[in-house]
Amino acid sequence: MADASASGTSIGRKNIFKTLEFDTRLLGMVGAFVLVCIVFNVLTEGRFLTPRNIFNLTIQTVSVAIMATGMVFIIVTRHIDLSVGALLATCSAIMAMTQTQFLPSLGIDYGSPLMAPVAIVIGLLAGGLIGAFHGWLVGYLTIPAFIVTLGGFLVWRNVAWYLTSGQTIGPLDDTFQKLGGIGGTLGTTASWIIGALAVAAACYGILQARRARIAHEFPVKPVWAEATLMALAAALILGFVATLNAYSVPTRVLAREFEARGEVMPEGFTQGYGIPFSVLILIAIAVVMTVVARRTRLGRYIFATGGNPDAAELSGINTRLLTVKVFAMMGVLCALAGMVASARLSFHSNDIGTLDELRVIAAAVIGGTALAGGIGTIYGAILGALIMQSLQSGMAMVGVDAPFQNIVVGGVLVLAVLIDIIYRKRTGDV
Amino acid sequence: MVDRSGTPLVEMRDVSVSFGGIKAVDHVTIDLYPGEVVGLLGHNGAGKSTLIKCLSGAYKMDAGEIYVDGKLVDIQNPRDARGHNIETIYQTLALADNLDAASNLFLGRELITPTGLVDDARMEAETRKIMARLNPNFKKFNAPVKALSGGQRQSVAIARAVYFNARILVMDEPTAALGPQETQMVAELIEQLKAQGIGIFLIEHDVHSVMNLCDRASVMKNGQLVGTVDVDKVTDEDILSMIILGKRPEVAAS
Repeated sequence: MADASASGTSIGRKNIFKTLEFDTRLLGMVGAFVLVCIVFNVLTEGRFLTPRNIFNLTIQTVSVAIMATGMVFIIVTRHIDLSVGALLATCSAIMAMTQTQFLPSLGIDYGSPLMAPVAIVIGLLAGGLIGAFHGWLVGYLTIPAFIVTLGGFLVWRNVAWYLTSGQTIGPLDDTFQKLGGIGGTLGTTASWIIGALAVAAACYGILQARRARIAHEFPVKPVWAEATLMALAAALILGFVATLNAYSVPTRVLAREFEARGEVMPEGFTQGYGIPFSVLILIAIAVVMTVVARRTRLGRYIFATGGNPDAAELSGINTRLLTVKVFAMMGVLCALAGMVASARLSFHSNDIGTLDELRVIAAAVIGGTALAGGIGTIYGAILGALIMQSLQSGMAMVGVDAPFQNIVVGGVLVLAVLIDIIYRKRTGDV
Repeated sequence: MVDRSGTPLVEMRDVSVSFGGIKAVDHVTIDLYPGEVVGLLGHNGAGKSTLIKCLSGAYKMDAGEIYVDGKLVDIQNPRDARGHNIETIYQTLALADNLDAASNLFLGRELITPTGLVDDARMEAETRKIMARLNPNFKKFNAPVKALSGGQRQSVAIARAVYFNARILVMDEPTAALGPQETQMVAELIEQLKAQGIGIFLIEHDVHSVMNLCDRASVMKNGQLVGTVDVDKVTDEDILSMIILGKRPEVAAS
């Protein structure tokens, strides 16, 4: 009797998720993330889920998350990239040297408005070219990606060293530094506006998809399900904005700013940070990469090639050129990640991005990207990066020794893949 | 009866392909007329798949020429072949298992919206239309093709070949993985396509299917063409002895 009623409710619950057409894997990952947050929040007596820590978590995740979105495409096409951390270092070194040596030698000095954009463009170009070169070696010369990027790992780490003579290069341009995190945020008002726009865009997207299905007379979800989805999206977006806005700039910092402008800070003046620019960049990249994955021919070909390379080839897809494109994208994303990482530090250091290749691959894999190819999502990879970062900073806050932190993260990676394998076997899902 | 007085739809003339010194296809000439089904027979390794993959653009010929409508054409890759309205249903089906039916059907030829994004809704609608014709029982439009049965997967592969107005169709053992009912469906489809004037090369192991479905049969052995015969003028035994012994029947010649 008890059994029957229990199974009855579980079926009912499944149906709700089915009607909402939720991805059960996504739910699993969100569940794991929430669990990690709650456990650490209890262990740290409420210090983990404060606006301040959430703000820090997001800006610490950005660099790895940016690269993880590109790693999804690499792994989906059955390749691997072990060189992303080293490539990040080379791009960061190039951007730093552009700012401190190259441009000043052309007469463009520190503080020039040209400095940041020129440095970024050069960095992105370098990343794209190096990535494309990797892709050419893999696609056209058919050297396994593992070998190409293992070589690249050594090459680019030491190219960065050579370029900077192993020195720390800084300080970087002020505008450039704004892209790093706490130094550059939108402020509360602009953050609310962005949040409202995002909610509008999400609702419009859901409506538009529904309209397209109705136009072609396909079955659609019930209206309440769509409404729930919209409400959920709005709550998530606005909750995120509210949290980042709730972290206020320390009074000392504000007072100093007022002083610098020759004014006196009014009594009781407070100001929230709002959304950091680096997080905005990550969100923009996530949106673009998701559109590429789902709604462009390029994305369709990436997934088709990962699912069945022969079939893709026989369908007239140029899989070699596709490999070049995928690695070039990875290179550009490494440069963007390098930009954010060095801006956050405010200088380029010789060990920047060390071990990032492993974090990035782990983030993509924890996020459900299958190493066999053909399967993976952008949001999964970002969530994977967030879970890893939460584990790492949570353990640091609890006071777990550094070696144990890495031991746990390594264990979690293997465990996550095991759970994924079991899940796939159980559901027969892909 | 097939009218073979005009120009053949496609002619592969004196084609040779070798792999590392082994002649997989050795100076073979075959042709195909509109509304005709030509069966290609032979043991495993006789070279029939290799020959036909030159027509599909999957392999490159070492020597020989391909004529479509009497004109010499250059087929370097599958895209070229598709450009000449040559569609192929591969034995392996060549489906991306992780994508749904519509994505597979339009793979490499996606429909796009004015903004340049893939138009999934329209592709699904088109897929539903053609599936209603080919396999009315097909319902799993949103599942990856991995989740489909052998017959359903086959119908996706066939739909892909038929949808784009093929004039020349290559079928590599289309019924190998099918049950009797689905095999019957494929046979009916072949009749239907024939009536529309499409020419079909049918690679087949089963002599009975060839006798039922084909107008002519070309038999290969060890990379060479044993001969091409009118199916009506020979018996099962004649074809079998061509396959096994490489012996041309006396009556034959076409």
